[in-house]
Amino acid sequence: MSENLIVPTMAEMLAQGKQPEVLFWVGCAGSFDDRAKKITKAFVRILNRANVPFAVLGTEESCTGDPAKRAGNEFLFQMQAMMNIEVLNGYEAKKIVTACPHCFNTLKNEYPELGGKYEVIHHTEFLKSLLDTGRLTIEGGQFKGKKITFHDPCYLGRANNVYEAPRDLISKLDAELVEMKRSKVNGLCCGAGGAQMFKDAEPGNKEVNVLRTEDALEVQPNIIATGCPFCNTMMTDGIKNKEKEADVKVMDIAELIANAQDL
Amino acid sequence: MSYLDNILFAIVLIIGFGYFFNNIKKIIRNINLGIDVDRKDNPSSRWKNMAMIALGQSKMVKRPIAGALHIVVYLGFIIINIELVEIIIDGLFGTHRIFAFLGTAYNVLIGSFEILAFLVLVAVTVFWIRRNIVRLKRFMNPEMKGFPKSDANYILYFEMVLMTLFLLMNASDLHLQNVPGGFSHFIQAGSFPISQFIEPLFNGMSNEFVMLLTEIFWWLHIVGILVFMNYLYFSKHLHILLAFPNTYFANLKPLGQFDNLEAVTTEVKMMMDPNADPFAAAPAPVEGELPAKFGASDIQDLNWVQLLNAYTCTECGRCTSSCPANQTGKKLSPRKIMMDTRDRMEEVGKNIDANKGVFIPDNKTLLNDYITPEELWACTSCNACVEECPVNISPLSIIMDMRRYLVMEQSAAPMPLNAMMTNIENNGAPWQFNQQDRLNWKNED
Repeated sequence: MSENLIVPTMAEMLAQGKQPEVLFWVGCAGSFDDRAKKITKAFVRILNRANVPFAVLGTEESCTGDPAKRAGNEFLFQMQAMMNIEVLNGYEAKKIVTACPHCFNTLKNEYPELGGKYEVIHHTEFLKSLLDTGRLTIEGGQFKGKKITFHDPCYLGRANNVYEAPRDLISKLDAELVEMKRSKVNGLCCGAGGAQMFKDAEPGNKEVNVLRTEDALEVQPNIIATGCPFCNTMMTDGIKNKEKEADVKVMDIAELIANAQDL
Repeated sequence: MSYLDNILFAIVLIIGFGYFFNNIKKIIRNINLGIDVDRKDNPSSRWKNMAMIALGQSKMVKRPIAGALHIVVYLGFIIINIELVEIIIDGLFGTHRIFAFLGTAYNVLIGSFEILAFLVLVAVTVFWIRRNIVRLKRFMNPEMKGFPKSDANYILYFEMVLMTLFLLMNASDLHLQNVPGGFSHFIQAGSFPISQFIEPLFNGMSNEFVMLLTEIFWWLHIVGILVFMNYLYFSKHLHILLAFPNTYFANLKPLGQFDNLEAVTTEVKMMMDPNADPFAAAPAPVEGELPAKFGASDIQDLNWVQLLNAYTCTECGRCTSSCPANQTGKKLSPRKIMMDTRDRMEEVGKNIDANKGVFIPDNKTLLNDYITPEELWACTSCNACVEECPVNISPLSIIMDMRRYLVMEQSAAPMPLNAMMTNIENNGAPWQFNQQDRLNWKNED
């Protein structure tokens, strides 16, 4: 245990009579998936560096219900939603940040009707606000001359119209942002949404993530940047499939920023 | 034109419009088979959407070639319809170019109609080439075999014939206008930038014969229009009417926001309420009312906007060509979802017509008989189809409602999804990890 991540929980905060500026919703992937945990930690390092008073729910967090809802199980979704809303409202959560577009979309759009009204932002938007307000500065040197392409997560882009925040952050890195032929509103899915992550694909002639990886490789990037743990998995698998692991890295925006800061 | 002509024309008009409105009534009746959903909020945003997307074609031009050609045909259609008013008045009262008193303005109008008619002919020809010679991929999907393929071509032929008749009518009319010393009731009016080149065709024919031709062209043109109008009901071409209400009533919420089923909310609240009596009897069902299903297995379970969507679909295939599942060879085609919904709706409608206004169960449903679970499970809910649709149709909402039925009514989810859902129920995560370990990452290297 070399690094000292400071990760307060909402329960600890409450015990001290404090209310954090923002609640960091880690999500299931960010909590349990080995690759996504690295993204979670990168984001926490940045929060620590910028002295952002944040807290997580820790063991009181549970799946938002997104994959259940997209699979058609409205019962399970609403049970998860109502349990989470009870916990969040108990802590009087106002502002939530998350690195998972699926959690982001569900918390932001589908919880309000069920009694959970919060200001929900994606971690790329939050990081951008930290830079804009001067609470965080980056030296982009490390990425100078690197070509980075950004894969728009469907649940961040088309579903919620967040296209610019991740791109603004990449441009701050002194890197060259290259756009794939299908990007932003026309972006192609990585293949994981709608609960596909948890099942085998139907018979076809190709995997969606391989098709999307081909899109990315066309622009010959050094790094494929994502803003979603599921996209990250899918693109990483795509790169493996194309045997390009040596040339192309798949990284979350939070990792790029953390690396730029040598965190 | 003799007196008899005018009466005959009035009868043709009445029959044409009568049959048309009768079918429109059927469409409205079929759309109302769907369940209610409130789409009356935010009228200003809705009008704006209709103005921008339907009237302004803002989403059509995302694909520039099809978009530009479509705008030509669309403008031609709207503007040449102005001339229809004159054609109908002339037909009913035996007048000739009733609006000729407008003078120069009239010449400008008739001239622009001609140019538009010519441009429409060019555009429609290019459309036909794209469908039948170039054979663009999105026109070649399996669901486009048979009537849908012919339908698209019939529409193009209709437009070619109507525009040609319009120009021929003007050309023969111009020929008679130019008879030295005048002929019959043909006054000199209008400007004919295109048909002046067709006019020499009539040189050497007797004036009476040209007048007969003019009348034939006129009749074929107006009857052709009435037939085309009545063809709409059977065709994907319905979109020229329904694109407007469809964009008005389209979803205004963020694309990622799926609706929360209210019936489920009530039940879940009961389950989670510590004061609820677990032994309470369910409230007695209302007399004659079927218990509501969760999700949709047939068209009566969809909402009326989804059914309006199905009637509005023009089968252009932009949704399917942008669908990640379809592009990777899966069976799912968002366009087919819409076409199947419409086909099933028509089938149910005919059943109701045949049985004096009551639907007699026919042992068929939209699910399985039209749309298979394999198609439904291939969707990644990425919203590409919704984004791509030039008239804001949502195939995704139908897919989701049918998945809900499969899972909540039939427990027919694919096995891995059942495992995922069991994990969420038991550990609050889609994988088999213990909720108590949720913060372990903090202390791991």
